[in-house]
Amino acid sequence: MRPEWTDFVGGKWDHEINVRDFIQKNYTPYDGDESFLAGPTQNTKDLWAQVLELSKKEREAGGVLDMDTKVISTITSHGPGYLDKSKETIVGFQTDKPFKRSLQPYGGIRMAEKACADNGYEVDPEISEFFSVHRKTHNAGCFDAYNQEMRACRSSHVITGLPDAYGRGRIIGDYRRVALYGIDRLIEDKQEQKDSTGRVMTDDVIRLREELSEQIVALKLMKEMAASYGCDISRPATNVQEAIQATYFGYLAAVKEQNGAAMSLGRTSTFLDIYAERDLKNGTFTEEQIQEFVDHFIMKLRLVKFARTPEYNQIFAGDPVWVTESLGGVGIDGRHMVTKMSFRYLHTLENLGASPEPNLTVLWSTRLPEAWKKYCAKMSITTSSIQYENDDLMRVTHGDDYGIACCVSSMVIGKQMQFFGARANLAKCLLYALNGGVDEVSHKQVGPKYRPVEGDILDYDDVMAKYTDMMEWLADVYVNTLNIIHYMHDKYCYERAQMALHDRDVLRYFATGFAGLSVVADSLSAIKYAQVKAIRDEDGIIVDFETTGDFPKYGNDDDRVDTIARDLVKKFMIMLRRHHTYRDSFPTMSVLTITSNVTYGKATGNTPDGRKKGQPFAPGANPMHGRDSHGAVASLSSVAKLPFQYSQDGISNTFSIIPGALGKEDKVFAGDIEIDLGK
Amino acid sequence: MTKGRIHSLESFGTVDGPGTRFVVFVQGCPMRCAYCHNPDTWAMTGGTMMEPAEIIEQYERNRPFYKDGGLTVTGGEPLMQIDFLIDLFTLAKEKDIHTCIDTSGIAFKPGNTALIEKLDKLMTLTNLVMLDIKHIDPEKHKELTQQPNDGILAFAAYLNEKQIPMWIRHVVVPGITDDDEYLYKLGQFIGKFTNLKALDVLPYHTMGEKKYENLGIPYKLHGVPAMGQKEVIEKKKVILDGIKEVRKELGIM
Repeated sequence: MRPEWTDFVGGKWDHEINVRDFIQKNYTPYDGDESFLAGPTQNTKDLWAQVLELSKKEREAGGVLDMDTKVISTITSHGPGYLDKSKETIVGFQTDKPFKRSLQPYGGIRMAEKACADNGYEVDPEISEFFSVHRKTHNAGCFDAYNQEMRACRSSHVITGLPDAYGRGRIIGDYRRVALYGIDRLIEDKQEQKDSTGRVMTDDVIRLREELSEQIVALKLMKEMAASYGCDISRPATNVQEAIQATYFGYLAAVKEQNGAAMSLGRTSTFLDIYAERDLKNGTFTEEQIQEFVDHFIMKLRLVKFARTPEYNQIFAGDPVWVTESLGGVGIDGRHMVTKMSFRYLHTLENLGASPEPNLTVLWSTRLPEAWKKYCAKMSITTSSIQYENDDLMRVTHGDDYGIACCVSSMVIGKQMQFFGARANLAKCLLYALNGGVDEVSHKQVGPKYRPVEGDILDYDDVMAKYTDMMEWLADVYVNTLNIIHYMHDKYCYERAQMALHDRDVLRYFATGFAGLSVVADSLSAIKYAQVKAIRDEDGIIVDFETTGDFPKYGNDDDRVDTIARDLVKKFMIMLRRHHTYRDSFPTMSVLTITSNVTYGKATGNTPDGRKKGQPFAPGANPMHGRDSHGAVASLSSVAKLPFQYSQDGISNTFSIIPGALGKEDKVFAGDIEIDLGK
Repeated sequence: MTKGRIHSLESFGTVDGPGTRFVVFVQGCPMRCAYCHNPDTWAMTGGTMMEPAEIIEQYERNRPFYKDGGLTVTGGEPLMQIDFLIDLFTLAKEKDIHTCIDTSGIAFKPGNTALIEKLDKLMTLTNLVMLDIKHIDPEKHKELTQQPNDGILAFAAYLNEKQIPMWIRHVVVPGITDDDEYLYKLGQFIGKFTNLKALDVLPYHTMGEKKYENLGIPYKLHGVPAMGQKEVIEKKKVILDGIKEVRKELGIM
């Protein structure tokens, strides 16, 4: 064993790249409570005060403090940047100073130019020319290949948010590999992979060989970048500070080269805890020091920034990075995977204050230790900053070393990746079914010219038959649009840093999304159980509805409508599966428009459920706002009926509740008379 | 089975008894408490007629949520529909569900033997009664609720006799039910009962006023401020002092 690995229990991991094996052989489950945690150090407080000051300036400057307009961002494009070098225990920024956004034109030069222009900057004309004339971008590639129908669907927003002008994101490198093995060992491994490819030079083999070469270059550059900060990551990390730093350098390389729709971190806490335990035992560091490293690491993650346009920010409701980190969960051997480091991560919400980034995500299981559950609940109440995912559901297919990309997309770290596919607007698709493919807003023929519904009163069976046909059409054009996008992204904007931290042969998920589920379910329920009259305008296009009578609404644990929602999810997924997907990827679907539900709603006309033109959809798989009248359990039960096997990329439910509604504030209410009477 | 006249169902009740509870709001109440925040449950007509089995079925499908909780019937006044309650709780007990009634006790008439017979039966099916005493003084009670309180107070004694676990609820309204003299008396009254398990003193809030506007009913407490969280703790202490005093006297520990 290497000297850096002293005291670790060996196994498969010491002679092959296998982080999971290392974790399973070495981690220490922690059943205790949060009392061991340390508060912020003076340096942490000083640095954070500096960040708050810069954030204030950034807001005052209109949202962006500084942008690079001349240097194209690569792993080594910028020299080292610091807040205050003497106080930072974990270092590294995307550019040569904090709050300065990098220039990333490979996704699309026009998007890069617009992001600058909208914030009062101008991209160096030479760079603009280079990427317009000499070097094609991902965006240009997509539009070269799109057909008329795809362009029309894009403009009408029946397919929206497509990653054809920006980085697709949703790929999580196994950043832990940098810490555990060091770059030299990873390069050696990649070289072996390259030597092991097939000898017949088919398209696939050529592409793989070229990609592996790109990955090796990325690894070499990571080492160079670290060296510019005075760190040596060619060898394995020797303590927890180095391990955090190396993990962060791996991640930093990714965000220097990819302005992705979600740039998630993975599942690092339990891995890092192994180093922390060793250091505590050997007296290398104190708890206070370790918490300081974690605080500084999280601070860096909070400062990841990208150059984006106001339109982009509108789709995603803000300027999110989705630095998702997955915490806890249970191992397949039955031991829970909560460690002291899991607590330290959540504790940053106290030491640095609440924040949406990094997106701290608890992999929830009924079998998590009680003290951890309580701490999570407490932090949720005080900070509203924690996301929860059902580990009991995902562990079945994903094992115990998966992470979440963005908000719900699960993938096994270093072994699986995803082609992000935005969403199809199934509510608009329903209106297309009624109007024979004519868009209800623009009145253009976007979908196929099928027969529209006739008569005034909508008939459920008739509408369902027409809707099924229109869904088939949408699935087809949607999947094929995505095939183009991912082909071009691989070709012109390849994620070499993230893929360098994956195995050679990865499972690629072909992700798609379903937007407007509750709108469609309630609309179909209205047509089935009440009487819905179509109202046409002078062109004969159905633009409004008059509903008489009541109908069951999704979100009340009522099977009459919940089964409609359930069947829609299954139906659309089956349609998607029947298509060819790029690079033999595995098609999945999500019901998860956490923020973009607002823009999708904007582009969609009146719907039969009573939703008015332009009104937002409900987020994700949520029931429509105000229609769940039986309380939270009934609402959650409706969502829980959606079948995960047909929506494997995730189902999200946004839940807000005032703490007072979660029960009385007293510790124990029942029996309080005894407490009050001093018994 | 006797159907219930139901106002609404809440699948996630966290403030009406221990744990997370499935809460049934019945329609209809004879009381007209000035501060009532559910005036939409007053009318003895309207609502939806539901079979007890339908309600239990809804409970059962989400049973795991209620493992530390149970079923609470509130309203409206649950005891106005005692036949329905007996049927509902009979089914609940078959499924081993923790049962709770949140009541004003107004329906209790000590002399009505037919009613007492039914109540005796219901109490064998009930795990907890939350009794809301609006005011300890008969005159003030009448003023506040349009009803006398003798039956209500007798109901507390009845529950004690049966040793049915009891929580006392009391809403503190500034200037109306916050007089220390009466709060102390209330404490003395309930302190006698050994079935008393908890005291839930609720601060008056003004969120109900909007409902009155919507229903077109004049709101008697218009302009009365909400009760502060801190003051309510003080008021609770006065009731507790009353309890302690009487318990010392009677040797109840």
